[in-house]
Amino acid sequence: MPQPHGGKLIQRIEKNRDVEGMEKLKVSKDIAKDVENIAHGIFSPLEGFLCKDDFENVLFNKRLSNDIPWTIPIVLDMNEKKYKEGDEILLESENGLQAILEIEEVYSYDKKETAQEVFKTTDESHPGVKKVYEMGDFLLGGKITLVKQEENPFERYTLYPKETRILFKEKGWRDIVAFQTRNPPHIGHEYVQKTALTFVDGIFINPIIGRKKKGDFTDEVILESYQTLMKHYYLKDRAVLAILRTEMRYAGPREAIFHAIMRKNFGCTHFIVGRDHAGVGNYYGPYEAHDIFNEFPDLGITPLFFRSFFYCKKCGGVVNEKICPHDSKYHINFSGTEIRKLLKEGKKPPSIMMREEVAEIIIKSRNPFV
Amino acid sequence: MIFNYWKGDKMDEKKYTTVSIPTPLAEKIKERIEGTGFTSISSYVTYVLREVIASMEEDEEEVFSKEDEEKVKERLRALGYLD
Repeated sequence: MPQPHGGKLIQRIEKNRDVEGMEKLKVSKDIAKDVENIAHGIFSPLEGFLCKDDFENVLFNKRLSNDIPWTIPIVLDMNEKKYKEGDEILLESENGLQAILEIEEVYSYDKKETAQEVFKTTDESHPGVKKVYEMGDFLLGGKITLVKQEENPFERYTLYPKETRILFKEKGWRDIVAFQTRNPPHIGHEYVQKTALTFVDGIFINPIIGRKKKGDFTDEVILESYQTLMKHYYLKDRAVLAILRTEMRYAGPREAIFHAIMRKNFGCTHFIVGRDHAGVGNYYGPYEAHDIFNEFPDLGITPLFFRSFFYCKKCGGVVNEKICPHDSKYHINFSGTEIRKLLKEGKKPPSIMMREEVAEIIIKSRNPFV
Repeated sequence: MIFNYWKGDKMDEKKYTTVSIPTPLAEKIKERIEGTGFTSISSYVTYVLREVIASMEEDEEEVFSKEDEEKVKERLRALGYLD
């Protein structure tokens, strides 16, 4: 099993800590999830929100200031410079999170520059850029300690790195491939997963549950459709489904690295990277998220690059461009847009595109889209 | 491959250090990186060293206390992840 990123699994949880009388700062649901992910080691080696040196290194070099690969700035913003270095405050969310922040630094930053570096665009119609522009003008850096978890409607499917590492060991898995998703599975996804699984001991299917953009599938539908797929078409001893509670940033290539790092912390040795991973619109090239891995010989998790699978009428099965010699007129692509359109109309996509059981779950759901 | 190391104008000088390598080796590297995404001998050497250092880090079994491990296993059983 790989070492956690940075060599140590971060655990910053103190449930009995006295927080009486501490100054409080209300934080958003997204920030609350970041806090929990730091505390449980999903974001190892981060122990808190980035200070300026790390923030700038991440922005310009895709690494923390100690040279460890890190591509997405994990930051806490605020509108006014209310606190100072050395202050301890209590972060609270509307869903019950409580965490202590030891403020090490309060600093300003350039939003346009941040957007350009992280998302490769300053276009406000990019959801990640829009979010940066809406952030406060100052960032608070410092270590956090989780005192109380948020309420979690998906508790039953939430596992933390400490738990997955023990689980994988108990299952006797040495090589584990992780699959990141934010959609219900179609046949193309299943082929990618099973192709990868053929070469390792187990697969960790890890859908992202959290803020997404309008038109994405709801968390409930994603989870339920995967449960159904796995019940009917996967070996219980070879596949684990657990959620990852974090927002989608839509940072394309940079987010692919971030996604891989989180899965390394869960104990995975391999990570599937598909077409336009974590992309949105046409901001990134279809395989830019593959190329970025060339910059990180020291990532510590092996990417498995996949090109799109499609159905070939001549081959009579699901193939990809590396194995199918036939003309594209025989190909049926697993178009997410097409599948979505059919489902919106209450129609089941053909069984060569989506498992019937999965389609039924989505159609049955009253409102499958965000 | 595009490598975009250390944008000088943004970064502090103290982040760099000078390492001496034999001139013939530097010449070989210079030839080797022509037409690749490496923009300088430094970026190539940095890449190779990161790769070497990372390969020397051994996978280690995470050590959790017996009590911790049992607690985790109990939860995993309750959730149906373990039999």
